[in-house]
Amino acid sequence: MEKSVRKYLGKIEAQGLSHRDDVVFFARDADVYCNRALREDEQELQTVLEAMNVSSLLFARLADPYWTIVEQIALRDEAITAEGRIFPRDAETRTFLHDIPVLERFSAEDIAAALSRRKAAIIRGRGIVTYGSMTPEQSYIMLSSACFTVFVKYFSDALRRFRKTVADEEDLAAFRRIWHASEPFLPGGEIPLLQTGTANDDETVLAMMAEAGRAVVARHLVDSFFGNISYVANDCIYISQTGSSLDELEGCIDRVPFAGTSSAGMTASSELSAHKNIFRATGLNAILHGHPKFAIIMSMDCERTDCDRELCYKACPENRFVHGIPIVSGEIGTGATALMHTAPEALRKDRSVIVYGHGVFTAGRKDFRNAFAELQKVERTCFAAYREEVEKATGCRI
Amino acid sequence: MSGYTFRSIHVDLTASTVEIVPTPESLRDEYLGGRGFGVSLLADFMSWSYNSHEMPIIFATGPLVGTASPTSGRMSVVSRSPLTGTIFDCSVGGRFGTMLKRAGYDYIRIVGIAERLVVLEIDGNAVALRDAGSLAMLTVSAAAQMYSSEWSTAFIGPAGERQVRYASIIADRHYAAGRGGLGAVMGAKRLKAIAVRGTAPVQVADAETLTSAREDIMRLLRSSQAVFGEFGLSEFGTAALVDVIHARRMEPTENFRKTVFAGAGAYSGYAMKTRYRAHKTGCSGCPVLCKKIGEAREVIPEYETVSHFGALNANSDLESIIEANSLCNELGMDTITAAATIACYAEHQDRTIPPDEMLQLLREIAERRAGRGNELAEGSLRYALSQGHPELSMSVKGLELPAYDPRGAYGTALAYATSNRGGCHLRAYPISHEVLRRPVATDRFSFEGKARIVKIAEDLNAVVDSLTACKFVFFAVSLEEYARVLSAVTGRHYDVQSLFRIGERIWNAERRMNRATGFSSIDDDLPLRFFTEQGSSGAFVEIRPIDRTEFLRARANYYRIRGYAEELAESQGVR
Repeated sequence: MEKSVRKYLGKIEAQGLSHRDDVVFFARDADVYCNRALREDEQELQTVLEAMNVSSLLFARLADPYWTIVEQIALRDEAITAEGRIFPRDAETRTFLHDIPVLERFSAEDIAAALSRRKAAIIRGRGIVTYGSMTPEQSYIMLSSACFTVFVKYFSDALRRFRKTVADEEDLAAFRRIWHASEPFLPGGEIPLLQTGTANDDETVLAMMAEAGRAVVARHLVDSFFGNISYVANDCIYISQTGSSLDELEGCIDRVPFAGTSSAGMTASSELSAHKNIFRATGLNAILHGHPKFAIIMSMDCERTDCDRELCYKACPENRFVHGIPIVSGEIGTGATALMHTAPEALRKDRSVIVYGHGVFTAGRKDFRNAFAELQKVERTCFAAYREEVEKATGCRI
Repeated sequence: MSGYTFRSIHVDLTASTVEIVPTPESLRDEYLGGRGFGVSLLADFMSWSYNSHEMPIIFATGPLVGTASPTSGRMSVVSRSPLTGTIFDCSVGGRFGTMLKRAGYDYIRIVGIAERLVVLEIDGNAVALRDAGSLAMLTVSAAAQMYSSEWSTAFIGPAGERQVRYASIIADRHYAAGRGGLGAVMGAKRLKAIAVRGTAPVQVADAETLTSAREDIMRLLRSSQAVFGEFGLSEFGTAALVDVIHARRMEPTENFRKTVFAGAGAYSGYAMKTRYRAHKTGCSGCPVLCKKIGEAREVIPEYETVSHFGALNANSDLESIIEANSLCNELGMDTITAAATIACYAEHQDRTIPPDEMLQLLREIAERRAGRGNELAEGSLRYALSQGHPELSMSVKGLELPAYDPRGAYGTALAYATSNRGGCHLRAYPISHEVLRRPVATDRFSFEGKARIVKIAEDLNAVVDSLTACKFVFFAVSLEEYARVLSAVTGRHYDVQSLFRIGERIWNAERRMNRATGFSSIDDDLPLRFFTEQGSSGAFVEIRPIDRTEFLRARANYYRIRGYAEELAESQGVR
């Protein structure tokens, strides 16, 4: 258990979510392991662990930008006053988290009650607490998901707010603080020297995919677990498995016959059908899907008020773009309104597409260099577009 | 409070009486429904033999049955197993549970032994016992013809009437309460069937929240490759697992002597779907529809069935596998135990049983024909013991292991051992995380953390079986979503941890009942083969014997987590 906890503490730091000294990470089988001694004001966590039928429990005092983001959301979101929770609108929340409770007190009773309803909870002025029913990894994933989703929510809300009202100094100052604290985690730098040329044998394909997956994570184009990757060769689609970490793809890639003659792909990414349809529609055989934050934020930026916003994520009738990059609606996985129908159609004309509130698909031929370059370009474009919109709305430079 | 009908049926077959009774409030509060109801109602009767007048058999619905909750069409059948001697429940699909609820009942409790073969008929408020002499020794489908499609039925076949120790109960012709021999309990009571019809709607406290909670669940199901993906259960049924388990080299072959079978492709989900042009069907209220029926009405078998009539018996003849499944359903026998008992017999005979002989053996078993038919009707453990070779029975607590070799998944190994009903994959369902990566992938070749994971999953599945929902949807959803559904249906607040407490209560009650009938830590163990023999390594996957020291350490951890001091002491040699 200790090894696993240490691994995910490393990931928490690498993603800038928190510092390991600010994290309490319990993991247990018959014995309980905790990464450090509890401080006096953290003793309640021990009671929470004892009250819950779980394998792991994680509390993190967040690092900036997440600390300030959570504080700002807590200050400004009316749903907290009304319902004691927030409702981010991105696909990750809609599908997996549903909503995030916000607690006023660091009490065992409140924390246990919140975690009996949802897998992550925000504690005002303290941080985020999550649990794993089976492994420490789940606690880490929930922390990462919650941070991702509050990031997207904060920037989405801020843009809407700045357009609607004149921003006060306090709001702008906090925004600038968050903005600058976010910069180290935004994609930048040259395109990495990924392997070039067509891969024809299993070994080369798997190595190429693992390399591209690591690059996507290193450039912050995804959090570790968000995204998938595929490559078509030899009448098969090689695709990352469901729940696999893009920076740890070795042993986590399924080889699925394109003709559907084997159900070994039962463990493949939930976006298997989307990847297959993209290849069918475009002939492009190296496909990346990530969740770059500003692409997601910009995909949800729509000023129309005369339509049902509850349907945007799955049935938007508009042709929308960010600086020429198409935005489509579509749900995760299968079904009539799934992105497996919309994203491939968009990629017939473009090398990239943003799925509303969800993420980006890019595709290239032979290897992942072009797909990676496109993914990075989309996020940079959306980052610049967002900045432009905020500066336009506030009338001042960030 | 909604979600319940607040009344149930008590039947005494000896006295030939039927009584409508209130469903006890404490039962609802503490045991939820389904399996929980059955366990509670059986608690005072475990010392009786399965074929005694006193032994009850329970058919129980759950609070979600008959509502718009996804996969809410199931029920539980609970009694003492003739095969294992343990408390035993089966979750069964179809529409029997829904019909029973709509007829106005939460559960049926049946005791006694009828003088002659009878059918229990429940037609709304009218509940009566009918003579069933004309149905004696009829197959399930032949007997079921006496009821129109307005009715839902639960029949036993000739195997049940002859008390084959792994006789099943078949609901709505295709849905088996398969394992553990509960069909023999009905047979011992001379109860050929229960038929039910009802039309009353089930009351729901908060329909709006239920709709919203249902949509949350549907969204998760659509995002799950294992459920709604193009290779998932909805497309191929559980036979989708053939390729997955084969690729992981944990496919029980030749009575678990090997773990890969070269002929498995003959009965893969894809092979059966294309050959029989199978279409989807399923339980009442289920969006997944994992049951597959061929163009000529062939019933496409479940994964366990094809693998055990296939690999376990070194048989790649698909026609004979389909026929074996059909025979078991018609005669009323558990396919897993039947196939595993034949594989045990084959190993003892030191030969492979050819397909025709395998089919012939099934008929002999169902008839309890003198000689090998009668011997094998006792199950693999009693058969192997009678031959002086108990080690040839691949079972735990007398229940034959399903089609996941424990050398290829250590959580599965531990879960087989600790299961309250014997060698079963469904109590903790570790295949979910060790193979299907849900809700998170775990290292299948490690015991680390598995004791806690098995304990939590056992509690979880006790809840699922008591709701009564389908375990397959839990590849995608969690108790978090179902707690919201249950709260909406009943109007009472439930959350994840309150449900876990109910699950733990049910599990511990089962464990106490088993201990009271003589089970101990000695029974929480695997056949020796898994600790001493290699599986079939290859393709960069090594299938080693399970390290017994590590297994025992994990089991001790499990006892510590559960607070089972007596088992812990026994296993440490203190007692």
